[in-house]
Amino acid sequence: MGRGKLFCLYDIGLGDEKMTINFFMENLANGVSLGSLYALIAIGYTMVYGILRLINFAHGDLLMVAAYAVFFMIAAMVPWWIAAILAVVITAIVGVLIEKAAYRPLRNSPRISVLISAIGVSFLIENLGLVVFSGVPRAVYRPEIFDKSVSMGGITTSSLTFYIIGATVILLLALVYLLNKTKTGMAMRALAISFDTASLMAINVNRIVSFTFAIGSSLAAFGGIMWALKYPQINPLMGVFPGLKCFVAAVLGGIGNVTGAVIGGFILGIVEIMAIAIFPSLAGYRDAFAFIILILILLFKPTGIMGEKMTEKV
Amino acid sequence: MLKVKDLHVYYGGIHALQGVDMIVPEGKIVTLIGANGAGKSTTLRTITGLVKPKSGSIEFMGQPIVGKPTLEIVKTGVTLVPEGRQVFPNLTVLENIRLGAYARKDKAGIKKDIEWVYELFPRLKEREWQMAGTLSGGEQQMLAVGRALMSRPKLLMMDEPSLGLAPLLVQDIFNIIKFIHEQGMTILLIEQNAHAALKIADYGYVIETGRVVLEGKGSELVENEAIQKAYLGG
Ligand SMILES: Nc1ncnc2c1ncn2[C@@H]1O[C@H](COP(=O)(O)OP(=O)(O)O)[C@@H](O)[C@H]1O
Ligand SMILES: [Mg+2]
Repeated sequence: MGRGKLFCLYDIGLGDEKMTINFFMENLANGVSLGSLYALIAIGYTMVYGILRLINFAHGDLLMVAAYAVFFMIAAMVPWWIAAILAVVITAIVGVLIEKAAYRPLRNSPRISVLISAIGVSFLIENLGLVVFSGVPRAVYRPEIFDKSVSMGGITTSSLTFYIIGATVILLLALVYLLNKTKTGMAMRALAISFDTASLMAINVNRIVSFTFAIGSSLAAFGGIMWALKYPQINPLMGVFPGLKCFVAAVLGGIGNVTGAVIGGFILGIVEIMAIAIFPSLAGYRDAFAFIILILILLFKPTGIMGEKMTEKV
Repeated sequence: MLKVKDLHVYYGGIHALQGVDMIVPEGKIVTLIGANGAGKSTTLRTITGLVKPKSGSIEFMGQPIVGKPTLEIVKTGVTLVPEGRQVFPNLTVLENIRLGAYARKDKAGIKKDIEWVYELFPRLKEREWQMAGTLSGGEQQMLAVGRALMSRPKLLMMDEPSLGLAPLLVQDIFNIIKFIHEQGMTILLIEQNAHAALKIADYGYVIETGRVVLEGKGSELVENEAIQKAYLGG
């Protein structure tokens, strides 16, 4: 929609400047809302990497788990907001179980074994999804309140855009509070340094690792549910590309650093939307931007925006 | 208080402890001295459950603790100031101290003990809000000791607290150890600085390639010729 508008503007000779600004703002809002989703999902990658030095390749697939949980519950007449809450809980449980089953037994194994295990879990979830849910895309019910069109300061966009941004801000504030102001958050930060020293503080390492997976998975679930509202066609492989892109966002921000993941997510979302808005002919390359960014980051600043040099963990 | 019997520890194929026997009586300072790689750190890490022994027994206050997870062992009153201090560099000084009391629930007691640690180490109070990673080596050591004390341990184990510190600071650290001991703390101290350690210790063990080769009263070991040759540069 916006894309056509820009063409139109050029066609009519860029007459109306106000229109151009509105067009810019609308796309920016859209970019920020997509960036919100990327940020929420990227946090899970970065938190798990922070404590286990592991890229949890199954993380993206949790989006799909959350989206299908919502889909089936709404189909069973559960009110949508209860379905959403339950889906977050279910996804958190799945995340915790993945760690228990596939990563914990390998905790003292070479890094590569755990990585292969992570890839295996990802394939397992995707293929289980294909078998159980079938590959046919499903349409997710979008509650009316997300379907309104909202005008604010001259720009018109879907109410969902604002709900996504608002929900993300609330979740991020809650996360900042958890990490910095609570005892559990302190333990999580300690665990990122050393399991041995943390356990000398009488910290229950396994419990905190599980908790970290629960938090990361819940945020991914929120991301997945809002993703399904934004792009209401879900399929068992829907988590693959968002997952990869959010991994890129985490690397861009500096993997292991939560603030970095948020910044990386927003940059990625905004760049992706704005690039296509300004150069509509690039639309077909939409999914490529993230990976171009990944290559550039790895070439020029492998530690990412906020990243310090990650030490080998003992 | 602590009884270690015939402890054998392997790292893969390396037989790091080859039957260590050791006793730490309540209220005493016991020191474990020996060259680099002799197995001192391994002994302490095994006592705290960070390393699992192949065989042997460890008893703390009459209870066997081999096989228990570290967090349970710490809760029974054993604590370790690890080699290289291992403060959490990304946490503030106060957060590090608070983490030492992680298992405790008595808020008022924790608050009092934080004040006590600050009295012991006034420099930590001045740097309360600083990231621990920005502290000097000596300050980090104070923080590591303060953090360990926050668990209200019955047995305080220290792994080379003077390592890498300037001579003046080393004296400070030993004074602090003596002071804490006078408050009634039982201490198991590892040192390469054998002379200073034996001087404050009630009893000493000398460990070589995973075996106790000599033991005796601190005052006797200082005089011992073999020890003087090997560890005291005499
Ligand atoms: N994590 C480990 N893996 C393999 N070998 C180790 C490990 N830690 C210590 N060792 C070996 O065990 C022996 C005893 O080491 P350690 O207890 O650290 O000695 P000390 O503290 O007396 O210097 C040494 O030979 C050391 O190389
Ligand atoms: Mg050592």
